[in-house]
Amino acid sequence: MLNTYTFPEFAYVRSPEQTAGVVKRHPVVIIGAGPVGLAAALDCARRGVPVVVLDDNNTVSMGSRAVCYAKRTLEVFDRLGCAERMIAKGISWRIGKVFFRNKLSYQFDLLPESGHKMPAMINLQQYYLEEYLIDAMAGDPLIDLRWKHRLTGLEQRDDHAVLTVETPDGAFQMEATWVIACDGAGSDTRKMLGADFRGQAFQDRFLIADVVMKADFPTERWFWFDPPFHPNQSVLLHKQCDDVWRIDFQLGWDADPAEEKKPENVIPRIKAMLGEGVDFALEWVSVYQFACRRMDQFRLGRVIFAGDAAHQVSPFGARGANSGVQDVDNLGWKLKLVLEGAAPEALIDSYHDERAAAADDNIANSTRSTDFITPKSPMSRRYRNAVLELAEHAPGIRPLVNSGRLSRPTVYAASPLNTPDEDAFAGRMAPGTNCDDAPVRIGGKAGWLLGALPAGFCLLTFGEAPAQAVTAGKVSAAVLRVGADIEDAEGLLAARYDGTPGATYLIRPDHYIAARWRVFDDAKIKAALRRATAA
Amino acid sequence: MTAPLAATLADPDGFYQTLIDSQRDMGEEDAALMNCKLVILLASHIGDRAVLDAALRLAGGKTD
Repeated sequence: MLNTYTFPEFAYVRSPEQTAGVVKRHPVVIIGAGPVGLAAALDCARRGVPVVVLDDNNTVSMGSRAVCYAKRTLEVFDRLGCAERMIAKGISWRIGKVFFRNKLSYQFDLLPESGHKMPAMINLQQYYLEEYLIDAMAGDPLIDLRWKHRLTGLEQRDDHAVLTVETPDGAFQMEATWVIACDGAGSDTRKMLGADFRGQAFQDRFLIADVVMKADFPTERWFWFDPPFHPNQSVLLHKQCDDVWRIDFQLGWDADPAEEKKPENVIPRIKAMLGEGVDFALEWVSVYQFACRRMDQFRLGRVIFAGDAAHQVSPFGARGANSGVQDVDNLGWKLKLVLEGAAPEALIDSYHDERAAAADDNIANSTRSTDFITPKSPMSRRYRNAVLELAEHAPGIRPLVNSGRLSRPTVYAASPLNTPDEDAFAGRMAPGTNCDDAPVRIGGKAGWLLGALPAGFCLLTFGEAPAQAVTAGKVSAAVLRVGADIEDAEGLLAARYDGTPGATYLIRPDHYIAARWRVFDDAKIKAALRRATAA
Repeated sequence: MTAPLAATLADPDGFYQTLIDSQRDMGEEDAALMNCKLVILLASHIGDRAVLDAALRLAGGKTD
């Protein structure tokens, strides 16, 4: 059905271990080659951890699916060396318009702050994203990406898991010290372990249609509540690359998914929306319903769950793929340190502490959006309509309009890895917060703070500071001195980090702040480094 | 009345009459929508969550 994209077909290769019939132990096996599994593989490999990725298919995502990628996710992809291509191909946007019935209710501007390398948000079909991630792996000896490999059994042992895997050549077994399950909302891995997946299912259905057309709509996100062309429901329009437009129609609970997917039923809906004169071709259609739920524990023995396998949110706010990528951003460095024996397994448990809190944040946000977009009672519908009618004339009411709160990174405020502040700091960069980027100069050349951070722990210092790395146990933090190793090109670094002379930040390998002080204190840094590695 | 919900209307009878008059010619649905707008506008103006939470409790019949 897709005309604008040619799906790659990846070759099944029989693995030497299946041929040899010898059970081999791998440090990390990743289940699922979607955006989250692929990002996990790249993250582990970039950190020096070899991975095997198993996927039961042999191509990329059918359909555009996850479409919006937020700044923090792009920063992770940039660290993994593949963001530039995504941004070049993707559609950057910042204006959102909200319509109620036939009127513009209000419009917002994501107002991206300047002085960041990555844009606020891009739209890119999931198949392109996956293709670029796979391309970024080419030639990496640490990544063994195996297509047509389906996990059919998993047994937990004390220090590894035994996996039964089926290929076109039959079944074989392999062992993994750690398994990362990235096999989506319907995760077979989760079912094999009999784990709960609890939460709220919404009694509603949505139709997604990808439409190819040469339209002169601006590059904006348009959201309609109760539009004349689709009464009593909501509609979302988003631009993607290759002149593909994503349209989401809320259908209500009574809709029949099989009927609604038929082109003869989809096309009239789109014509009603676009008007008769617009030429378009239907590219891809899907009907879905959604739930907000998560696992009680993201780690079960040797298996760690990430992305939709661990938590599922409603699509409003683009919090699915974005949070999944941020899961594996959180996990990679922890696995590396534990596999090396540099940190205890308790560090892996902090993945649950931090990312379950993020999942709760995402679920809370997307549940609130869902309650606004699809009111559950006549009175809640009146309140919703009251807000939308008032918003047109009363700017003070506009913050209540909720057509999806777009994905933002969760601050790990209660993380056990944080060292609480002793000193006063202005600004946003508290322990548990992801590092804001800022323009810098490195050796006279223009660059970015995030790109200048070392692979491991970092001490970012302002003013005079010792150049030597600080080590606690088997973990070291390299020093990056503002004014010596990098220059604060526009003063934004000092502004964003309240970087008066002496200010010292301990930054984790995933670019989150672990601790900060007004003076460089060796003993305090060592204690914070131990704490940040659960030692 | 509990502390955050002190009575401050200078002309209670006059306001009450204006409130009732404002919906005199409306059907039930229009009046219900208007009430929702009033709640939203006034809540947005008050802003103070302690006041709003106390009002929600009292209006919801929770007098503890």
